[in-house]
Amino acid sequence: MTSANSADIRAIKARRSFAENAWRTLKSAPVSAWFGMIVILIYALAAIFAPLIAPYGEADVVGGAYQPSSAEFWLGTDQIGRDIFSRLIYGARNTIGIALLTTLISFAVGGTLGVLTALKRGWFDQGASRIVDAILSIPVLIAALMLLAVYGKSISNLILILALLDSTRVFRLARATALNVVVMDFVEAARLRGEGMGWIVFREIVPNILPPLITEFGLRFCFVFLTISALSFLGVGIQPPTADWGSMVTENKSLITYGNPTPLYPAGAIALLTVAVNFVVDWFLHKTSGLRDEH
Amino acid sequence: MHPILRTVMQRLSLGLLTLFIVSILIFSSLEFLPGGYAENILGQGATPETVANFKKELGLDRPAYVRYFEWIGGVAQGDFGASYSGLSGTIKREVTTVIAPRLYNTFFLATMAAIFAVPLSLILGVTAALYRNSLYDRIVNSTTLATIATPEFFIAYLLMFFFAIKYRWFFSLSTVSEATPFIEHVYRATLPAITLTLVIVAHMMRMTRAAIINLLASPYIEMAQLKGVQPRDVIVRHALPNAWAPIATVIAFNLAYLVVGVVVVEVVFVYPGIGQLMVDSVSTRDMPVVQACALIFAATYILLNLLADVVAIVTNPRLLHPK
Repeated sequence: MTSANSADIRAIKARRSFAENAWRTLKSAPVSAWFGMIVILIYALAAIFAPLIAPYGEADVVGGAYQPSSAEFWLGTDQIGRDIFSRLIYGARNTIGIALLTTLISFAVGGTLGVLTALKRGWFDQGASRIVDAILSIPVLIAALMLLAVYGKSISNLILILALLDSTRVFRLARATALNVVVMDFVEAARLRGEGMGWIVFREIVPNILPPLITEFGLRFCFVFLTISALSFLGVGIQPPTADWGSMVTENKSLITYGNPTPLYPAGAIALLTVAVNFVVDWFLHKTSGLRDEH
Repeated sequence: MHPILRTVMQRLSLGLLTLFIVSILIFSSLEFLPGGYAENILGQGATPETVANFKKELGLDRPAYVRYFEWIGGVAQGDFGASYSGLSGTIKREVTTVIAPRLYNTFFLATMAAIFAVPLSLILGVTAALYRNSLYDRIVNSTTLATIATPEFFIAYLLMFFFAIKYRWFFSLSTVSEATPFIEHVYRATLPAITLTLVIVAHMMRMTRAAIINLLASPYIEMAQLKGVQPRDVIVRHALPNAWAPIATVIAFNLAYLVVGVVVVEVVFVYPGIGQLMVDSVSTRDMPVVQACALIFAATYILLNLLADVVAIVTNPRLLHPK
């Protein structure tokens, strides 16, 4: 009788398509997660379709310097007469794009090394872990500032330096979670079957460490995004004339002493996105880990 | 040897080892530059003679390990060497004399922020944990989540816009000098200190809340409640002695976080501290100053974390009564 029952249950489960399941999950999401997802969607659309939405070009001088907001220039113009609203939209593309690329490199390097060290152990694991520990004891912003002073400020240096610094954090998490999976019986079984390294890593280990890594991806993205913005704000990150939110705050910062809130727009754009990602990650964390405050 | 003393000594020597490795990392960052620092600064058109002269002037012509031990030996005696700026001129700038007054200013600002932040976040964290899942808890929680995710300069400009420009309670720029009287210094550093407070209170409050909730779930707390101990005594006599370790960790961790926050906040308010000095030196690639600042920041960070570990060991009641 149990077999008949379980067949029924399987049939009921199979009747829901992926889209239906996704919708059911989304319906149970709290307001903050919905808010976060909608904000992220708007940012993504702005970044992808920037040339279509923006009324003027990224670096086009279209009017006088420091013009107040008007029908022609919605948020006014900056110090050399570029439209601030257009630069905000292009900034979404540049800032988010660079932060996303940095996080992806960081995960590729840190994740691969983390899983490999967990599989191999031995002196390689010891060496890598000690070096990572030492790098972790220097604050990222300070290390990034120092390395940018050594290698010179350019976008490619910025991406590589931050990706490598950040990959130490990913390495730690990937190694710790992979260590728990590596000792499982199914990995041992795959090894005894004679599966290759690629199969063991991608078919046995990666699917099992994915949920914590996805959550971490959201948090690391926020962190990288904030660090890049801070470095650009300090004048050593993304360099002009590229439109970028952090450097836009610096370029227009003198306006604030005249009671003009222009520097707050790009800074607010950064804040809104990171808050949104945090809300979504928070919800995802609750869903995947069953983490609750109750004991 | 007493077990506590032994654990503390172990932890201290591990911290010193980390500090040593970090100093090597900071020093050697310059050595890994492809093509060398002098060649990079002078550009491709420089003749070998110019490069050699420039290297000699900066002292880069000697082997790296000799320079490292000279540097670290000097640092141990409070001498960070000479700044690259003004090397060829008659006026030599010692890194130590450049850094000392700014280090005092940064220390001043960080202390002010800590004095505001620590009691505030402990009170918020403990009350949020006690009234868990109440409306108060939810409001405090989502507000702090939002503050954590916001860049420091957004909070800084927001505060400046309202409290310095709109209402004119404070100055928008916190310029101070050595001649500034103490009260004036406090007044001018208030707005940056409030910014830093807002940034770290969020972290500190959330970590305190988590630590207390974790603690209140322990069986001995339930036992105390069941045997009818007053709620106040449950907290003061049963929870608090065990809470010192997590609270010390939280405080030290967030004071270490101040190290990073202080850089951006100093630049926003044009406060003459070590963070601003580091950013300026990065732009001019004045390596002795950058390395000195990086070492000071990293050492502060490591020492604060070390301190937290030591407090956690010393206050651990289980270690006080060895079997």
